[in-house]
Amino acid sequence: MSSSTHRLDALRGGAAPVDHSARTVAALAGNPGCDRRAVLDAAGISKRNTAVHLGHPAPFGQSPFALARARSFEELVKADRWAHLRRLLRETLGLPISGISCVDIGAGGDATREPRHARTREELRRALEEGERADGERAGGGEAALVERPLLRLPVAGHEVYLEPAVVVVRAGGRFHIVEIKSFAVIDGAADPAQVAAASRLSAVYVYALKAMFAAEGVDPGLVSHEVVLVCPKDFANHPTATLLDVRLQLAALRRQLSRLTRVDRILDRLPADLTFSLEQSTDELARAVRTVEARYAPECLSTCEMAYFCRSDARAAGSLDVLGRVTRDDLGGLGSVDAVLDLASGEHGAPAGHAEIAEQLRHVHSIYREHAAAVVA
Amino acid sequence: MSVVTSYARALAVREGRAQPIATVRHLHLAADPMVLIPLRLAGEAAAPLGAMVGNDPARPRLLVVPQPRNRDLRFAFMAELARIVLPYIESRATATETVTGKNERERYLDAPQVIVPGRGAVEFVRLLGRSTRFRRTDGPYPVDPAVPVLGQWLTFLYERAEFAGSSALVPMTEALTLHWATGQSPMEDANLATLLAWICPPPGLDAREAAAAAEDPAHRPPAGPDTDPGFDAQVLRPAIEAYDASGSPEQVREALRTQLEPTWRLMWQAVDLLRGLPEAASVVDRWALDRDRYTREIARLAEGGPPRGRRDQAGSAAARLWDMESARQSYDAQRAYDDPLVMAEHRATGKAFAGEVVHVEADRMILLPGGRKPVLRPLVTVRSADPVRLAPGKKVFSAHRRRQSGEIVEVDGDLVVVQLNDQLAKGAGVPAAGDAVCFTELDLGGRIRPGFPAAEETPWTHGGPPAAYEPTDEDAEEAWS
Repeated sequence: MSSSTHRLDALRGGAAPVDHSARTVAALAGNPGCDRRAVLDAAGISKRNTAVHLGHPAPFGQSPFALARARSFEELVKADRWAHLRRLLRETLGLPISGISCVDIGAGGDATREPRHARTREELRRALEEGERADGERAGGGEAALVERPLLRLPVAGHEVYLEPAVVVVRAGGRFHIVEIKSFAVIDGAADPAQVAAASRLSAVYVYALKAMFAAEGVDPGLVSHEVVLVCPKDFANHPTATLLDVRLQLAALRRQLSRLTRVDRILDRLPADLTFSLEQSTDELARAVRTVEARYAPECLSTCEMAYFCRSDARAAGSLDVLGRVTRDDLGGLGSVDAVLDLASGEHGAPAGHAEIAEQLRHVHSIYREHAAAVVA
Repeated sequence: MSVVTSYARALAVREGRAQPIATVRHLHLAADPMVLIPLRLAGEAAAPLGAMVGNDPARPRLLVVPQPRNRDLRFAFMAELARIVLPYIESRATATETVTGKNERERYLDAPQVIVPGRGAVEFVRLLGRSTRFRRTDGPYPVDPAVPVLGQWLTFLYERAEFAGSSALVPMTEALTLHWATGQSPMEDANLATLLAWICPPPGLDAREAAAAAEDPAHRPPAGPDTDPGFDAQVLRPAIEAYDASGSPEQVREALRTQLEPTWRLMWQAVDLLRGLPEAASVVDRWALDRDRYTREIARLAEGGPPRGRRDQAGSAAARLWDMESARQSYDAQRAYDDPLVMAEHRATGKAFAGEVVHVEADRMILLPGGRKPVLRPLVTVRSADPVRLAPGKKVFSAHRRRQSGEIVEVDGDLVVVQLNDQLAKGAGVPAAGDAVCFTELDLGGRIRPGFPAAEETPWTHGGPPAAYEPTDEDAEEAWS
């Protein structure tokens, strides 16, 4: 571990490491075959700065209006010692919650990661013991315990990463729930499916990390509920409403993807010893360095990975079918490049082994297409 | 997607230009469609920020909400939008025709067609409809009388858009990708600017370069409903602050104009492009369906019909689902019948085959099981190069004689024998040797919807008879913050 840690530090050059977030873990799990992303993330390299240096900045940014709205909604939920959340927990979990005790791990501000993580563990253990004691006294569920801005840790690709959830963990009735506060609206009981899906994927990462932490502490991970409390504004007003989001499916997908991730050590072994992604080098040198680690580009990367525009530009230059999307790739039966498809279609090359069927189909499509499209092209 | 589209995408990459995947236009295009480009304040569910709207490319109307968090300004915007959209919609209801048949009725000869940039705008139209249709013109929060009417019409348009083949509310990016395949991914095709760059790059520019240039939000602002975050921070926020300080909306107007005008031009460029394609044969039938629905909605509103409830009831939802599935089936089949390039997809997957008639047994008579008199059942042998994946006994339809059905008798190498079962009166309807024919399993549908129980007979499995929906005060006074 320590040798690979040194190695990753060297790859990063002098820059300060960037933390993982649930977003990055979810994105990584969404594209488990991408070595480039795995290495850059494991080394804590800022993909944003790297992409800018490479001349392919990602146009990610959040509108100040969206940020302000998210902040004001969160403050509303937190107001009066989480009065709204207490109400919502009573409603969604059906527990007679009267009071709530709160700890904000992030309150210290500049504490480094290790002490913050230790404090998170300590507070969660205390919440757990208090819960057990309360249960023993038959007062079960009366008092909820809330831990704000915890710092979680989980192994990704054989490397420990820290996760800073913007959410809270709440212990209510002996179980721990992730609470996710989102400012997209639930209108007539339905929210934008894409936003809900994204929220479920992120929450699943927190649930996963929390379960992993419980297991490491020797506590039953079953105490972490797979039901996330999603708090959103209701209809067109600002009034918070909550829904229980079952993330078991996302959790299973995440577990499977994380286990499939190539271990970073194994990728590092294949890289030149003097490789560095330091931004102190020229654009060309950096591009060459980045290209030594293989990427697996898909158009979905454009919305999840800062490096996507660089990778897309490379994939385009190589005439790769990846730029056309996964559906097209699947339709074209595993062929790799535009040239391969069109050459097979026009019959200029014989079909390589294993591609006889797609070759025949393409030749057929080619001939029908020539016949009918000619009229339109005019 | 499909192998023909995927092949055309690969071809587009090599040619540096989008490739056609249709030979005819599969949607209705009105003589004067209304283009609507709505913008929304980022982070809000349905806070309108502005819109560019109109049915004359030379005269776009720009509407803005100078302080999008102000409820009164939002309703003022909706009222202004209503004053443009409602006359357009209502003026289609002039001349009618009489539709004869089992269900004889009058139908307007025209109907409104609203074109928006993409799927996001369609969804925003739904939310704008939802947030305005319950409003009242009296009570504690009275609104302009046009606002709830606009809400009902926006809801109507959105609901039509849920039906395959409707041209009442058209997302432009989807209208274009129905006819052209680009050298980028479907996800990137949702960007109107890059999509058009692939289809008709500026003279002298390769589509790949044009599309890359069109991706820059400073050069080509997003088509909405969400604005560019950079624009929000650097231009819009100061403009809204200036409004708050001075009460003059000018700065917001000018800011939004820069974001909307480029898209306005692209929308009309796309309209012209689509107009360049000849209309497909079945479009007129599908447009008649839109006109039917429009006629019905005009009558319903004239009778003071209530706004659609927040949620569907079980019975109407089931009927609606059936209609949607049936519309989808007809639409898919009609497009294939109308367009050899769409049929090509079905030929490639073996659901259809085309070829030349090599032999005909025109006067073949057979005795049907249980029948007493022999009936005419001609046999047609077709030579086809297509990979036929239709088993003997499979019901097929002739692509050239739409309502004629038959069944596969035998497939032997490149020879397919089809028995024709109907449309044979007066000796017509049997192709001759040498004719080009095409048969497919695609069914044009058009079956009558089975009877669903009336609302008061909703079974307990579906919640029992629902309470009749009455719009409430709560609906009318709902917050919009």
